[in-house]
Amino acid sequence: MKEVHHKGHGNEHHKGHGRTYKYGMVIDLDKCTGCGACMVACMAENNLPFRKDNTNDRLTQNFWMRVYKISNGRPFPDSEICYIPRPCQHCEGYDHHHHTPCVSVCPATATDYSHETGIVSQIYTRCFGCRYCMAACPYHVRVFNWWDPKWPKGMNKYLNPDVSVRMRGVVEKCSFCYHRLQRARNKAYVEGRREVHEDEYQTACTQACPAGAVTFGDLINPKHKVYKLKDSPYAFRLLEKLGTNPKVYYVSTKDWVRKAGKVFLGNEGRG
Amino acid sequence: MDRRTFLEILVGSTAGAGAGFMLTPVNWKLMDDVTIWTQEVWPDFFAGIPERGEVTHANSVCNLCPGGCGITVRKVADRATKIEGRRGYPVNDGGICILGAAGLQLLYGPWRVPSPLRRVGKPGSGKFEKISWEEAISEVVRKLSVLRRKGKAHTVASILGSDRGTVPNLFARFLKAYGSPNFICTTSAEDTSELALKLMQGGKASAGYDLERANFILSFGSGLIEGWGSPVRVIKAHSLWRSGNLRKRATVVQIEPRLSNTAAKADNWYPVNPGTEAALALGLAHVIIRESLYNIYFIRNHTSGFEDWTDSAGNTHMGFKRLVLTEYTPDAVSRTTGIAAKKIVKLARAFARARRPLAVWGRGKGSVSGSLYECMAVHALNALVGNINKPGGVSVRPEIATHTWPRVYQDATALAGFSRSRIDGANTNRYPLTKYLPDRWPQIISRKEAGTIQALFVHDADPYYTTLDTSAVAKAFEQIPFVVSFSSYLDETAFHSDLILPNHHYLERWEDLPTPIGLQKPMLSLLRPVVSPQFDTRHVGDVLMTIARSLGGAVANAFPWRNYKALLKETMGDKWSTMKKTGYVEEADYQPPIWKDAFATRSRRFEFYTTALKRAGMKRNKDLDYLPHYEPITPEGDSETYPLTLIPYELIRLADGAIGNPPFCTKAVEMTELKGNDIFVEINPKTAGDYGLAKGRYAMLETPKGKAKVLVHLSEGIMPGLIGMPKGLGHAGYDGYLAGKGVNVNSLMGVVEDPISGLCATWGIQAKLTSV
Repeated sequence: MKEVHHKGHGNEHHKGHGRTYKYGMVIDLDKCTGCGACMVACMAENNLPFRKDNTNDRLTQNFWMRVYKISNGRPFPDSEICYIPRPCQHCEGYDHHHHTPCVSVCPATATDYSHETGIVSQIYTRCFGCRYCMAACPYHVRVFNWWDPKWPKGMNKYLNPDVSVRMRGVVEKCSFCYHRLQRARNKAYVEGRREVHEDEYQTACTQACPAGAVTFGDLINPKHKVYKLKDSPYAFRLLEKLGTNPKVYYVSTKDWVRKAGKVFLGNEGRG
Repeated sequence: MDRRTFLEILVGSTAGAGAGFMLTPVNWKLMDDVTIWTQEVWPDFFAGIPERGEVTHANSVCNLCPGGCGITVRKVADRATKIEGRRGYPVNDGGICILGAAGLQLLYGPWRVPSPLRRVGKPGSGKFEKISWEEAISEVVRKLSVLRRKGKAHTVASILGSDRGTVPNLFARFLKAYGSPNFICTTSAEDTSELALKLMQGGKASAGYDLERANFILSFGSGLIEGWGSPVRVIKAHSLWRSGNLRKRATVVQIEPRLSNTAAKADNWYPVNPGTEAALALGLAHVIIRESLYNIYFIRNHTSGFEDWTDSAGNTHMGFKRLVLTEYTPDAVSRTTGIAAKKIVKLARAFARARRPLAVWGRGKGSVSGSLYECMAVHALNALVGNINKPGGVSVRPEIATHTWPRVYQDATALAGFSRSRIDGANTNRYPLTKYLPDRWPQIISRKEAGTIQALFVHDADPYYTTLDTSAVAKAFEQIPFVVSFSSYLDETAFHSDLILPNHHYLERWEDLPTPIGLQKPMLSLLRPVVSPQFDTRHVGDVLMTIARSLGGAVANAFPWRNYKALLKETMGDKWSTMKKTGYVEEADYQPPIWKDAFATRSRRFEFYTTALKRAGMKRNKDLDYLPHYEPITPEGDSETYPLTLIPYELIRLADGAIGNPPFCTKAVEMTELKGNDIFVEINPKTAGDYGLAKGRYAMLETPKGKAKVLVHLSEGIMPGLIGMPKGLGHAGYDGYLAGKGVNVNSLMGVVEDPISGLCATWGIQAKLTSV
């Protein structure tokens, strides 16, 4: 199937190599309450470790999905806040060299952009921890494992066998719950289907969100909910002008939120 | 020899060797290996790799809060690996909250009580020894037998987290048969709300809110998206409000002095002076009445006490209308609340003209009981617009009836003990309307001579942590010679107990759960074991019945059931098979009664002037006492010594009740709330300027109840003069993932009682903040 409409350039690669997908997300910031259920669902699904000193600083925290809190900076009582959940943006890039910021700098080919699924992968056993990708990623999506994961006695019982635990010294990030796609594909294959249905492959954060603020699906499939949602007049993407062509869209009816998200995050670019 | 020395010797010997030796890679490779293998965590990495197995899913219900969401647990072999929201479940339909999603950390965590424990060190030292269940139970039986023999049965008390369902009823039954009136439950805003409904509408029922169909939500400080009511259900409703044309299917107005998430998401935020919410509600009522915007049909035909009225003795009484029109003019209310008169008028008009307006009450998550008059004032707004028992309004919701148990036969000892007055003063002449006053007993115990409570049972509650004025609670605990905790976790109360008889975790046991808080339709759901017990624990129902049986006589006879599961099955009666199959029963076609039949008051009408309160014999003579009015709940402390006001606030990412926050949730707490082990207080930059405080610096926070070192966070989202502090931190129980992080704000607060209900109505305390 050919791509009909997608913000940014079409992907004309791999013609004749079967169906391509562009999995992506639309996050409704008007509905997001900043509750953090997505963060915990993600940590539980993807075997993220936790530490007693996790509350010390941002550098040692390990999140694949992180909810940022931004403010309009106005004085009381005109101040407003907004929460922005931020998974990996799975940037596609625009040019023919697939300029996904992290992919192009990785010396180990540990991370790659899949033109079949639109997912940016991370192969932990290839990564040797140079952290170029962390420097390159404009979204601070990637995290480095400063320690081997360690669970209190008995706690490893809840670990998900579908996701490998990561060792000290490697970089990791959100995979759009790729193991769930693998699971859904296997199921489809066993049942003699070629297609994975929209509801068969959903990320853990999408599933958990009590507000239904996260919608996940194939951005180029008109039957998927995200296809229409991404074209909302209130939709934007983070740091759009960098040309990363991310596959996570945000929707907010508030002007200041759209402005903040499109151009700057937090204090960047101020003063 | 430690690791460092070892590596140093290795490096030293290498340096001394010849150049040829330096060039061989073997040496370097060995050094690298040693560096890796001497790290103690390395073997754990392999131990952490999960095993595979058959994948199954099991449904149950979450009982970490009164929200009662349906959950689906993904299992691999016999391990539970993930908790997800149950799709199609009436409450949450697939969604889950942050705490519910982290439930497995509570199940498998090191904070579980592994077996019955007996205190060996000094009280509160936290030193326990493992004992057998037989030993533990016989110790309880021995203590209880002695007390009963000495005629001190009434000195046994229990504190529970709820009085609904079979397990709480077992405790109540046990105390009744044993001979004590002291069945105490922790209270919340729900208790005050039920009391307001009882006074104004009559009968015993809970409030159900039709949030999904309301199109104007006026929230008096309720943290609608911060865990108020059944959290996932309310968040889902919030998403509905934010859909439709321009995402404004409903207008949300938040009234509170701090920019909470709810305020941030609201269409309008009215930062009101804290504690004056009732005045604002009545100011709105003033405008609605003055401009005749109220539901005239409802007010005329189905309410009483709106207009002035004359009783049978010929005395004229003031009605709600006269009170509101004379006392609560927008100008007067503006002076009290700090909200401009113009805004009050505008808000009142918008509320009354909305198609389906709804006023909701209960500060934050609703964990503090709050002021009765304030609740009545807010409910009066609902009556004015006639949204009682209407779509998009507030309705009464009964519980599903279950099989009643045989009557308890009380022997002479039980009768004597049971007829004594309650230790907490509830249900007495002073507080005739209140069931439990869990915040009063610490003061009572420390005031009276020792021996008021000889034994205390605590289940499903953590009063040592959650009760305000922690040091008074600590003193009260010292006065009780025998404290038994049934907690699954090493919480604060368990930590200060003499004996811990751990209950199965909620994913390991059978239990019935009543209708989730705030729902309109009656429901009964079933908690069922998802995994086999991980530790040497026992179901609290079985333990209680074993204790009763061992006591013998009439106490034993009160429990004719074989075991808890048999009792549960019998109590659920014909609903059992459905519950077992689907996990719940729901009266899906329940409709609240129409106005004609809706009110069980003496007048059969909605009573603005509550005659039930008058009949309760409160020894109050003014008409004002029976009408919703603004009666300030004054925070403790003089404003000269303590010029600022501390208000605790609640976060959905921080569990602040009987359950300690799991590590995942603590990890998700913002860096402006907790950093390392230091808690932040939130103040306006203007306050910081006035008192010489700087962003990110330490300060000393002092209240009449205690002091704590805190960090300062500047926020434009809080009213100047206030100090905001998150609830749920400062635990001493659990372990290093939670214990010692931050300060328990309850330890800085005191109990201010509501004049009518006696329940805790504290919303803040005077404080001072000085830089250190």
